[in-house]
This record gives sequence, structure tokens and C-alpha cells, in this order.
Amino acid sequence: MLTRMIPEIGHFALIIAALMAVTQAIVPLAGAATRRPLWMAYAAPMALGQFAFVLLAYLCLTASYMLDDFSVVNVADNSNSMLPWYYKFSAVWGNHEGSVLLWSLMLATWGFAVSRLSRGLPRDMVARVLGVMGSVSAGFLLFVLITSNPFERSLPNIPEDGADLNPLLQDFGLVIHPPMLYMGYVGFSVVFAFAIAALLGGRLDSAWTRWARPWTNVAWAFLTVGIALGSWWAYYELGWGGWWFWDPVENASLLPWLTGTALIHSLAVTEKRGSFKSWTVLLAIFTFSLSLLGTFLVRSGVLTSVHSFANDPSRGLFILVLLGITVGLSLLVFALRAPRVSHAVGFGLVSRDSLLLVNNILLVIMTVTVLLGTLYPLLLDAFGLGKISVGPPYFNALFVPLTVLMCVFMGLGPIARWKRMAGSELRRRLWLAGLVALVIAALMPLIYGGEWNPWVSLGLVAALWIVLPLVRDLIDKARKGATPLTGLRRQSLAYWGMVVGHLGMAITITGVTVVSNYSVEENVRMSPGDSVEVAGYTFSMQELKQRRGANFLSDIAVIEVVGSDGERRFVMEPEKRLYLARGMPMTQVALRPGPLRDLYVAMGEELGDGAWAMRIQYKPMVRWLWLGAVLMASGGLLAVADRRYRRRASQSQQRDVSAVQEATA
Amino acid sequence: MHPKRKQKLFIILGLLSLAAIAIGLTLYALRSNVNLFFSPVQIADGDAPVGRQIRAGGMVKEGSVERDDENLDVVFTVTDYVDDLEVRYSGILPDLFREGQGVVVVGELSESGHFEANEVMAKHDENYMPKEVAEALEDSGYSPEDYGVKVEGAD
Repeated sequence: MLTRMIPEIGHFALIIAALMAVTQAIVPLAGAATRRPLWMAYAAPMALGQFAFVLLAYLCLTASYMLDDFSVVNVADNSNSMLPWYYKFSAVWGNHEGSVLLWSLMLATWGFAVSRLSRGLPRDMVARVLGVMGSVSAGFLLFVLITSNPFERSLPNIPEDGADLNPLLQDFGLVIHPPMLYMGYVGFSVVFAFAIAALLGGRLDSAWTRWARPWTNVAWAFLTVGIALGSWWAYYELGWGGWWFWDPVENASLLPWLTGTALIHSLAVTEKRGSFKSWTVLLAIFTFSLSLLGTFLVRSGVLTSVHSFANDPSRGLFILVLLGITVGLSLLVFALRAPRVSHAVGFGLVSRDSLLLVNNILLVIMTVTVLLGTLYPLLLDAFGLGKISVGPPYFNALFVPLTVLMCVFMGLGPIARWKRMAGSELRRRLWLAGLVALVIAALMPLIYGGEWNPWVSLGLVAALWIVLPLVRDLIDKARKGATPLTGLRRQSLAYWGMVVGHLGMAITITGVTVVSNYSVEENVRMSPGDSVEVAGYTFSMQELKQRRGANFLSDIAVIEVVGSDGERRFVMEPEKRLYLARGMPMTQVALRPGPLRDLYVAMGEELGDGAWAMRIQYKPMVRWLWLGAVLMASGGLLAVADRRYRRRASQSQQRDVSAVQEATA
Repeated sequence: MHPKRKQKLFIILGLLSLAAIAIGLTLYALRSNVNLFFSPVQIADGDAPVGRQIRAGGMVKEGSVERDDENLDVVFTVTDYVDDLEVRYSGILPDLFREGQGVVVVGELSESGHFEANEVMAKHDENYMPKEVAEALEDSGYSPEDYGVKVEGAD
């Protein structure tokens, strides 16, 4: 009996959570404005309650999937009794309603985390931060309840079985990519709430940046990993071996990443130097607004792609209104209050401050160009001016030169001093690194590819120009200690985080450069017995066989691969699957990954007479791309572990204790 | 000039030149990389440019797909049920490509009137015409009920 009521329990839990979110939005903010401690004290319990009830609702939906309750429309549309249990679990977010519920759950989780981990913050700050997060949460929970209720039933006509999950989404990549990406998207709501709270309270000091920075870094790290996972998933799942398509949905995730990256650096300046305050606040607003814009683009159905499940116009309108209110209100607050928190601090033309400013500007320009390329077709379409698409050449033409330009400043930044330094000192410390980078970058294409390639040299010089100055800096720091080790040990975790993050960027750039210039792709017609040579490897088709999976049938090609030395032999087995519930074909790629190259074999279509179209690719250093992203994310997390954030927590706890003692005395 | 002002001037000039470079690059890139969409009826009416990268789309006509026996060349007909467009392509077709389903092709229109595609995208929707094609048809004066009837003189 109870199991039959699960969807209703979930629905009620969601309603209660929405009411709690509304309370969390209104009461603490009003309390902070009128200085009423009792009202402000509503914030944390409401955050807890909201989290508990959204979690309950989420678990109820998951239970409906696990128990194959096809009376729930959402389950019937996206699951099937033959689906393996782990895909039933992930199918919850493989559709519009469930993914918005996951979004809300993440938001409630971040709010709850803030309420638990911000004991050291002033009471009015906590009230404002949680109040702002409650407002966002209320908007999204209402969105779920009004337009996208995942618990809707189709009674009394219960389907016998579900329509199955889209086969493209039946993959490990889908199990982890959306949660990571959402954690990043939604995580920026915390720094957004901090920024609005600072504006409302008129208080933006270095203590504020120390509170805001760890949250921003964690959200950014999640987003970085989420984007990398998306790219990796597209690479092996879509079957063409591309790792970035400049698809509007990909761009939607890249936009908040770019401004988020700018925000991380701007926060560093604000903490160290007390400058860039309004700029930091503005970036926080932009970053979260772009997260919302991404959600709008993906969820509203204005784009058609594997990500857009819904085509209900009321949903798009609802998110658009939500986006409009968020951006409009926060910019209004910014316009009214920013002059109170801003504070001019001078700095020299050659200084870390100004280099970080340039980095910020470049990142914002990149954001604008990507935004323009993504929205331009949509705007033209909306105004009835024609149907166009903006292709990858546009993005590459802009993004590549801007990235190279940014790398120039990325190399200088970590070496430069705050406030001001002599240009001659910068030159003295960097000329050698620059020279070495140029020489290596000019020679590498000759050694690696056999002929000179200006693009490869450009990419490599950019990557080396990030790494070598860092190496120089590390050597200088090691020399300063009594022994090299003590010199390096003295450095803070935040410094190491920066080193690892920048190294990650260099590795990603190297991967992008090499894979874009040295990939080999052959599309061939093959029958058993045929063989073809690609990039020194011989691929021979041995036989074709068939297999039956849990919910699909598949054709498998057995390909024997022999390396150029003739020694190493191995077998690769690409598949073409036919998923039975939807009658949908799917390519299952055979991959031979390696640190220096991937071999990639995919089956195209059957050509008759036992022949198949085969796509065979050689992808050098493609793994570096994602490895770099993982390093970037680790760098962000390493910086969070820095001692100064922990010390602050214990100090403020002591302060609380003494305050209580004073009060009781 | 006062050193502070001079510094500000430098920063402002730097910002302006960066912005100018960015805008210039953007406009240049947009101008040369935008692909317009045409449906078979528009192409038949001579609205589409020849020898420029464009997109076209419609439904793959039943029984029109012909594979070469030797290589990966393929010829098929894309229709919006008003006019037909012959598409030539060499390579691997996407998983969801099937006769009677929606596709969008990217490539150039040749002098002889067929379409040389360098990319073929199958639409995820299995049941109806791609949105762009349906709208292009409506713009040309056809409603869904008219599909299949060539209305002379409609525009």
C-alpha cells in the first residue's frame, strides 16, 4: 500500500519544500533589513527543512523508477522494465522533469551546506545569503510544481511497460556528467548569494572574500569536471570522435565557466588588495545569471539537441521570467548599492593586479563572443529574420587567438608582484623561459610530425609559456629556503593550487593543439578479410558476429590491429546496437586509449554483402585534454584546503564563544 | 601629463583597442561563418545561392537512398513533399538516418542543381518534419495539409 503512495508522498514533500523555500526567502531577508534576530534565525532551519524535503521528493521519484511504477508518466516515458538498475537510477535525471528536480536538490544541498559551514559568519550575513538562496530555490521549486511535475500519474490507463531511456543516455557518462555539471552550475548560486548579501549589507571586506572564495572554487571545480565529462562522453558515445562541437548546449556550460574563471581571479585580487570589489560582485552576478541562461537554453526547448527533452513553451517562458527577475533585481541592487562597497586602490601598470585585470577582460571578451555566436541565431529566429546557424569556424576564429593572447598574460601573472614592480625585473626573470619556450615550440613539430606547422608551434609556445615561468618561480622559491625542500614547503596550498591549475591549462592546450593538428581519420568500406592502414597501424576485419544484450541486439565487427613494428597485436570490437524498445540504432565505439594516442574504431552502416562502413581514427594526445581539466579542478580544490580558510573558522568560533560568555556575564 | 592620468589613459586606450580587436574579429568571423537554411521548395524557386556553404533539410524520400558498391558515396533525395532536392555525400551517415525521416544537410548547392553535402545530420524527432522545414514551408504559403501538393504560384 505504502509503495503505491510513493509518488504522492514525493509530490507533497515537494510542496512542503517549496513553502519552506518561500519562508527562507522572505523571513530572514526581512529580519536582516529590520534587525530582528528571531526572524534572521529562520534561515538555517528552513535550509535544513527544505533540503530534507527535496531529498525526500527526489528519493520518491528514484523509488518510482526502481519499482517500475509506470503509472507515473515520467517513469513510463523514460524507463523500461528491461533497463538495468543503474540506468533506472540515472534515468531520473535523463529527462526534463527529473533533471530540474535534481537541479533543485543540488541547490537545496548547497544551501544546507552553507547553513552548516558558515557558523563563523555574522548573523545578518548568513540570513541574507540563505535568504537569497531561498529565493532562487523557491523559484525553481515552483517551476517544478507548476510546469514540470515529475509525479504526474496517468490513471487509470497504466501502460504495460515504459518507452525506455534514450539509448544515447544509457551510458556511464550520463550517470556522472549531469550531476557534476549541475553541482557547478548551482554552486555558483552561493557566491551569487554572497555578492547580493554584501551589497544589501553594504559590507564587502577581505573577510567576505575569504568566505566566498572556497565556495566559488568548489563550484568552479565541479563545473570544470562536468564540462570535461561532457566532452569525454561526446567523444566516445556519439561515434565521430569529436570532443567539442561548439554546440549551443556545450557553449551554455562554457559561458559560466569563463566568467567563473574570471571571478576566481578577481576574488584573489579583492582579497589580497581590496580592489576590484564592484567588479567581483558583478562577475558573481554574471556567472550565476549565465548558469541560469544555460538552464534556460537547455531546458526551454529553443534548442534541439540530445539535451533538450521538453518542448512545452510555458516552461521556457517560466525560466525566462525567472532569469529576467534574477538578473534584473540583482543588477538593480548592484546599481543602487555598489558605490557603497567600491573602493579605489591604485596599482602600477606592471603588476599582478593589472595582469589579472587583463586576464579578466580577456575572459569576459571570450564570454561575449561565445554568447554572441550562441544567441545570434536564436535572436534572428525569434525576430523572424531568417534561419541561420553559426558554425565551429566562427568560434575557432575568435577563441583560438583570444586564448593565445590570454596565455601570454597567464605566463606573466604568477611571476609579477602585487601593486607594482619594475618592468626590467619581469624581463630579467622571464627572458630565458620565453626563449626556451620559443625554441622548443619551433622544433617540436619537426621532431613529432616531420614538418613544420605554425599552428602546432603557436599552441605549444602558449602552453610552454604558462609552464616555464612557473618552473622558474618554483626554482627561485626553492633557492630561498635553507634547502630547496624547505623553500618549497613554505608555500601555501593556495599557491600550489594555482600551480596545478595553470599546469592543467597548459596540458589541455597541448592536447587540443596536437589532437587538432595530427588526428588521422579514415572512412572506409570493409568486409571480413579486408584490411586498411591508418597512421602506421594495420586494421584487419576478421569476422562479423552478433550478440544479444539486456535490452538490445548488436552486430559486432572483430578487428585485429597490428602496430607499425609488427609486434603488438590486439583486437578491437566496435558494435552497432539496436535498442529494442525504441527501435533505435546506436554506435558503440571500440577504443584503445593511451597516454600518447587513442585508436578509435566505429561502425557506420551496413552496406550489404557483409560490408560495413567503418570509421577508423588515430587521435594523438586526446587524453591530455581531459587530464588537464582534472588538474585544473584539483588546483581549485587544493586552494580551498589552504590553511587560511581553516584558521579563520577556528578563530571565529573562539570569537563566538567569547561573545556568548560576555552576553551571559 | 600627471602620471596617474597618464596611467589611466594607457589603461583606457588598451581597453579600447582590445575591444576594437574583439569586435572586428567577431564581425569578420560572423560574416564568413554563418550558414543560412533553405528548404527544397526555396531551392527549387532559386532563392538559395550557388557555391556557398548553406544548410538544407527535409525528409529523406522513401526508396531514394543509393549507395555506391565500391566506396562510401551515397545519393539520396530530400523532400519537403513539395519539391525534391538531390543530395550527394561521401562518408558515414548518422545512426538515425533513415528513409522517411528528417535530415539537415550542410554543404553547397552545385551549378547542376544537386546538393554536395559535407555533413549530414539526422533529426532526433522520429515522427515529423524538422522544425526549420515546416516553418520554411509555411513561409512559402503551404500548410501541413497541403504537403504533397505542389501549389503553382504560391509564395
